[in-house]
Formats: sequence, structure tokens, C-alpha cells
Amino acid sequence: MIKTIASVALPVDEVLAIKKRRIAPAGAKKNLKRISIVTGIHGDELEGQYVCYELSRRIEENMDKLTGIVDIYPAMNPLGIDSITRGIPAFDLDMNRLFPGNIDGNMTEYLAAEIIKDVSGSNLVVDIHASNIYLTEIPQIRINELHEDLLVPIAKKSNVDFIWVHGASTVLESTFAYSLNSIGTPTLVVEMGVGMRITKTYGDQLVDGIFKMMSELGIWSGEVPEVREPIISRDYEDVSYLNAAEGGLFIPQVKHWEKLNKGDLIGEIINPLSGKVIEKITSPVDGILFTIRDYPIVEEGSLVGRLLRKEVYEQ
Amino acid sequence: MKKRIVYELNGLYRDSLRVTGYEFGKGKKSVCIVGTMRGNEVQQLYCCSQLVKKFKQLEEEGRIASGHKILIIPSCNPYSINIQKRFWPIDNTDINRMFPGYDLGETTQRIADGVFNEIKDYKYGIQFTSFYMPGEFMPHVRYMDEGFSKVEEALKFEMPYVVARKVRPYDTATLNYNWQVWDTQAFSFYTTTTTTIDRKSAGQCVLSIMKFLASNGIVKYQSNGRNQKSVVIDDTELVTVRTAKSGLFESLVKVGEEVGEGTPLANIVNPYDGEIMETLYAPIDSKVFFMHTDPLTYANTAVFKLV
Repeated sequence: MIKTIASVALPVDEVLAIKKRRIAPAGAKKNLKRISIVTGIHGDELEGQYVCYELSRRIEENMDKLTGIVDIYPAMNPLGIDSITRGIPAFDLDMNRLFPGNIDGNMTEYLAAEIIKDVSGSNLVVDIHASNIYLTEIPQIRINELHEDLLVPIAKKSNVDFIWVHGASTVLESTFAYSLNSIGTPTLVVEMGVGMRITKTYGDQLVDGIFKMMSELGIWSGEVPEVREPIISRDYEDVSYLNAAEGGLFIPQVKHWEKLNKGDLIGEIINPLSGKVIEKITSPVDGILFTIRDYPIVEEGSLVGRLLRKEVYEQ
Repeated sequence: MKKRIVYELNGLYRDSLRVTGYEFGKGKKSVCIVGTMRGNEVQQLYCCSQLVKKFKQLEEEGRIASGHKILIIPSCNPYSINIQKRFWPIDNTDINRMFPGYDLGETTQRIADGVFNEIKDYKYGIQFTSFYMPGEFMPHVRYMDEGFSKVEEALKFEMPYVVARKVRPYDTATLNYNWQVWDTQAFSFYTTTTTTIDRKSAGQCVLSIMKFLASNGIVKYQSNGRNQKSVVIDDTELVTVRTAKSGLFESLVKVGEEVGEGTPLANIVNPYDGEIMETLYAPIDSKVFFMHTDPLTYANTAVFKLV
């Protein structure tokens, strides 16, 4: 069943509608558990699109194994997705800084409030992001330390490679996940892949994890694949950030998710005009590269990678 | 006057980004005035240019009190202005959501850090800023009501309105908020326009800053002698008028206009057949404090704020 959860008429002959698909077992059953799969809050992040499709496809192959409700919201920011715009077009606003919204507020606040109303009460929400167009991320779940106790045990079943528990920040209080977690709806934030692209292997990996979590919640009675044990980081100092010292083009010399020794060359920043290497970026620690820059142009300060220290993944 | 580069960032193919400051007077850091952070804030840039001109005159005439230093930074973001883009060219981040900044962080965090290190120790901080929605305001000064800034100081600007703003989560990364964390009394100036130049409201801002500085003994400035009392309001007290329909926005009033209860404020017109789909009326006797100016509007949009 496809349902419109919020809609607004646009100025010229068009209706903006946010839709969800509900997949539920046949027959009227009460007190079913519900998982919500949400993506497309940022219009330039497409990795979750494939996850929505593949999850539906696998469920429909074995509908008799479905014992709960699966709500799929593929496009929270439909204008953004259809115009390759990260934020909400026309407003130039990051939709993930508008929650919990305001039902009496402007169009964007109203949509945010309707979304929260519809998704809240789920037994689990998975909010799928794809980094941005600049950085590629290994499949990971990011958890605000305020919600760590509740969310880390669930996230361990999600088949991601890495769980990153980060510090609380006031600015992040207006995100979709924070808003839901603060009203008691457990919400996991997945980051994987890169903006404007689909990495099928990551999508398949996460879908396996979603089936595992559905099984744990009593939403799926079928076979579920074994899931990997994620690396968990809780300390700010576990992660080293690699920022460009000058503008240029970043040419990587290593692969994503590669284990590196201190001093290993990660990449070079070159200047095509002068024909010179401006900076050699080397690993500051022994660690594994869980973020790597995808978009070549960098300026001073641009993030080119993140490393997780060896001591963390060897624990 | 001393003109100097406050912060510089090398470009790949573009010229360097130079954040330029103009210093007047010598002594303790008294007042810092910051203009544009976003590429469409032309009026804010214009206001600062008029202040630089005024302070040059004051300095030449010996009217800046000794022991006071004033710094004006007309723009923290020439890169965005020059390509007519509101936010940062490469990653679309907003410098005014990056304070206090981080010297080892990403580009706009570094710019915020570089600028903030230069401006954080001033006694008073004044920022010319803009609203995220396209529209015109009655000129006013804002301060955060739970911060370090005092309403008594805001009243010294003698602007018609002083608005006390409730702190929202995203405010914590703005310049205004962080100035206060570092014990600067911070005030944000909203002039009438953003993307176009309005000389009258720019002049009003220059005048009110002169009154503020004269009142604090920082400059010698003779105003017309009439002390204008500001009306102090809480931002939650403004009465919002929203559209119910999307369509063409046809305003029937002007910013600053007094409107009686029931006065038609605007029509929302069908963009295909010209039919009036909705007329918005003033719910109370009031003055138009903010008005939407884009020719199109969405449903549920706060197109008027009345005071």
C-alpha cells in the first residue's frame, strides 16, 4: 500500500507529496511490530534508494515470512532528489536541521512535523544517508552518546562495519534521528558510500542487516544471514582527521578501508597548473581508512580522509 | 585608518580569499562590526562600506575617543559574493554556522576560526545579518535573551525596535552566540533589504551605531538631540500571517505601514488564470514588521510578521 503522508501544493500546478509504502502480512492483525526505513532527507544521497528497492524485493519473495510491518519512505525530500539538490530547493535549507518541525510552521517545518508524526512509534527506524558528494564512507552507524545504551546493542545486528558513538552537540538536536530518539522512537543513522552514486555491495550488506534486525524484533520469521561484528569507537581520540593543507586535486594512492602504518602515503595533492605535488598526505597513525575523499578538488581544510586507530579495531 | 588582512586562504585557480579589516583608533578593543557572511548580503556590505566612510571622517576630525579601537570587517566571504552564491562555493556550508571555528577543521571552520580569533576580545560586537527567507524587515536590532548582551545596551542604538530572540539549537554555532560566550555584548542588525541596496535603512543603521558609540563615549557625535525610545519585543510576540495557498504573491501594503484589523495585506493569485485564491487580512491593529518579497509563495509560508 502506498500512502501520502504529507503534501503541499506548489505555486504552479504541482503537488509536493511525501510517500511511504507499507508492507504488512495479509489479514488484520493487531500489535504488530513496525520497522521504518527512511532515506532521501538529503537529495544528493542515493545509496538508500537501492536499499528500499532490494528490501521490498526480498520481502515479496517470501511474504509468508513477514510477521510485522515494514514502512519504506524512499524520498523525504522529493524535490531535492529530483533536482540533484542536497537541501530543500528554493529554501536552501538542510532538511536534517528542521526536525521535529512545526505543524503550524512554514512548508518545510510542516513537512518535517508530519514526517515525525508518521514515523514515531516505530519499534525501530533506520535513517540511511550516503555521506555527501565529497567523501566515501564504509558502511557505518553513527550514534549520539546520549542514546548509546539503547542503540548500540541494536546497531550491532545491522551488519555494518563500524559503529561510531560521537559526542552530543546542540546543533545536532534538530536532526531527524535526534528528534525521534528523544521521544522514545529508536533511530539508527546509517552512513555509507558516497553522494550521487549507488554502491550495490554496500546496499546488499545493509539489507542483510535490516533482515537480521527485523528478525530480532519479530518482524521476520525467515532465514537471516550471519552478520559481521562491527568495530565500535566511543572515544573522540580514536579517529584521526586528514585535512588538506592547501588547495589542489587529491589523487589517492590507497584503497578505501585499507589498513595503514604510520607514515604510509595516502595520497597526493597536485596542482595541474604548476605540474607540482603540493602536499603528500601520509598516515599519522597505524589505522584503517574508513573515510576517503571521492571528489578530487580540495581547498585548504578540505577533509580527505578519516582513520580509525589500530588499537580500536584490534580490540 | 589601518587596512589589513584579517584572514587569508589560498585558492586553487581563484585569487586568494582575503578577509579585510579596517581599524580606527588605538587602545582597547572596543567595538567590532562584521558585515556579510553570505554571498547575497549586498545591503549588509553596503552598510559596512558606509560605516568605513563615516569612521574615516571621524578619525580625520579627531572624534574617536582615545583608548578605543574599532574594527570593521565588511565581508568575511568575498568568494561567495563574487559568484553570487549565498553559501560557501565548494560545499555550500554557511560560515555563520561554524563559530567559534576550528583551525584544524574544514575550510569554513578555518575561516570562522581565523576571523573569530581577531574579533573575539571586543567589548561590543555588531553583526549585519540576513533572514533565511526572502523579505523586507523594519530595521531593528536583535539580541539573544539568555546571553551576555544587555537590553540596556541595545536601547542605546535608538532603533525603532529591539527584538529579544529566544536561543534555538542552531544559534549555538552563530557569531552572535559565540561572541557572548567570550563575553562580548553582541547585537545583530537587520536592515530593510538583503539582495538590493536600500540607502535609507543603511543610513538609519549608520546613525544608530553612531548614537550607540556616542552614548558609550567611544566617538564624539552630535545627534539631533531627540532620544528615540525603542520598543522592546520578544520574537515570539510578533503576529504571523501565513498563506493557506501556493501561488503568485501580490502585496497590498508596505513594510512599516500601519494596518488596522481587517486591512487586506496581500492576495495569492492563481498563476494560470489570475483568479484571487486567497486574500490575507491583518488580524489586529498593527504595523508590518516583515513582509515576504518573492513573487511566488508556498502554502503555510509566514509572509507577514506584524508588531
